[in-house]
Amino acid sequence: EWSLCVCVCVCGPGVRGLSSSSGPRVCIVGGGPAGFYTAQQLLKNTAVDIYERLPVPFGLVRFGVAPDHPEVKNVINTFTQTGQHERCSFHGNVNVGKDVTIDELRQAYHAVVLSYGAEGNRSMGIPGEGLPGVFSAKDFVGWYNGLPSNKELHPDLSFETAVILGQGNVALDVARILLAPVEMLKETDITQNALEALAGSKVRRVLIVGRRGPLQIACTIKELREMVNLPNTRADMLPADFEGIAEALKDLPRPRKRLTELMMKAVKEGGDDKAEKCWGFRFFRSPVEVLAGADGKRATGIRLALNKLEGSGESARAEVTGQLEDVDCGLIISSIGYKSIPIDPAVPFDPRRAIVPNEMGRVQDTAGLYCSGWVKRGPTGVIATTMNDSFDTARVLIQDMEAGKLDLSVNKPGAQAITALLQTRGVRAVLFSQWEKINAAEEKRGKSLGKAREKLLDVDEMLKIAWS
Amino acid sequence: MSACALRVFVQRAAVTRKAAHQTFSQTTAFPRRGTGSYTHGRGINTLTNSLRAEEKVTVHFLNRDGKRITGKALTGESLLDVVVNNDLDIDGFGACEGTLACSTCHLIFEEAVYKKLGAVSDEEMDMLDLAYGLSDTSRLGCQVCLRKDLDGMILRVPDVISDARVDSEKESSTAPPKV
Repeated sequence: EWSLCVCVCVCGPGVRGLSSSSGPRVCIVGGGPAGFYTAQQLLKNTAVDIYERLPVPFGLVRFGVAPDHPEVKNVINTFTQTGQHERCSFHGNVNVGKDVTIDELRQAYHAVVLSYGAEGNRSMGIPGEGLPGVFSAKDFVGWYNGLPSNKELHPDLSFETAVILGQGNVALDVARILLAPVEMLKETDITQNALEALAGSKVRRVLIVGRRGPLQIACTIKELREMVNLPNTRADMLPADFEGIAEALKDLPRPRKRLTELMMKAVKEGGDDKAEKCWGFRFFRSPVEVLAGADGKRATGIRLALNKLEGSGESARAEVTGQLEDVDCGLIISSIGYKSIPIDPAVPFDPRRAIVPNEMGRVQDTAGLYCSGWVKRGPTGVIATTMNDSFDTARVLIQDMEAGKLDLSVNKPGAQAITALLQTRGVRAVLFSQWEKINAAEEKRGKSLGKAREKLLDVDEMLKIAWS
Repeated sequence: MSACALRVFVQRAAVTRKAAHQTFSQTTAFPRRGTGSYTHGRGINTLTNSLRAEEKVTVHFLNRDGKRITGKALTGESLLDVVVNNDLDIDGFGACEGTLACSTCHLIFEEAVYKKLGAVSDEEMDMLDLAYGLSDTSRLGCQVCLRKDLDGMILRVPDVISDARVDSEKESSTAPPKV
């Protein structure tokens, strides 16, 4: 059979027809999962540029996902395809808000999408929170994952007990990394200095504390199962925390039921008594003060207020009882949530919810400005949640293009203008192909250490390799 | 290939007949009856072609937009393989590439077909628990391997959570603690 060879325009039909000769141009602020997934969808219809502050892309997939969860990082493969797409241009080492403003981007592009995530941290708001020995989970995770700004963290791991506030998956990741046998970690992409610190760690007991009860726990079953199955550890729970739970099981939806059943099993069976290490949940407890030793120089314990639960299910509330409990510990990790911060005074920001106010991804009162990912919905959910959310924003943006809400008849210069502007400010971007040099260097360094990769911790080193 | 299997093969649904035609188009003289005659003069290619056609399975997906899309695969391949190899347009399918680290290959089966599938491992169940729109006949596509008796099945691609304002019970495990 003969088939007609047809030259197909790879852009979507509707938008192409409306645009100027150079085509529609959109830029995305933030090179993490939200940025890349938004780009992926937009590329079907428009050219996309991604601006990222660090020289390296992928955000929390690189700096948040635990080193012993490499499968979760498989999304990097699809992001790499996006980064290599002929209509996509990645610009690392560009700090939007400082090196270039949002207004300048809006002048250079038909639309701008904010996907810069949540780099801040919810604080506990209690006395002593600033004492040595207290860390946010965000920083602790950043430390073992090689985030350049956390490389000098030097957490002191010479104390027997660590207390983690919060019971989400991040809290469980931290607990697992603290207690996992070094053999489990030594071939991963955990940083070498973290690996060495953990190898010399004296931490043997990790308590994971939550304000409410077992039925409100925020972690998911896969992560709980990993704790239960950790070699050389046993579970140390308080049966009193589980009163009434067995009776409530039958009415729970399957996911919550299986999670709770696994917890009950851990309470009942505990684990190998000979195990050197232990971990446990502590429920109905809120932190009220970090206690310092006699010299007042560092954290030596934490004071917890005991709660009772009002209501049930997801909407149950913790109410104070007035009772207090002190726990001796030398490492306190607060894992109560990440938090977005405002990027530019020109962008509306809701300080109470810590997100950019928006309607389905359209930034409030600001035509041509959109948002996706955590900065749009708040800092919760897994990569797939962000993926679906990013696809939604992209669809809304394309709809707006096709409906004529964005003026595509005007020619926009895109990266050409921005690159020139950055040059006058002494800022040079790292392109995707240059990130690939950093990537190759990290894999090579890893190979010589028997690891998946050895991450570069220093931005200047990254730039040197990128531009070599 | 026995005559019985051959007759069964020929009597299959139109969709697979198309596949047969494509495979047999070079072998129009291929005997339809009797055993043994296929060995005359056609050589190993005909045999492997017909075996390959026999192993092909067709799967239909009812996509989120209501449209039905079809993919073909070989027995033993997973439903994720079907979607990837046929380049089916299902948004965000198989993010973790079949490693049980996400639930984006969530599919809903017809009850009769679901019952024919094997037992679900704890690992699969753990990830399925996070899927939006979880049903009693839900599976992760990357864990279901095709067999001949699953040929022609229709799978529904469930909606994914799109509106952050929707308070889904299924999202409760990833919901933030109330401030």
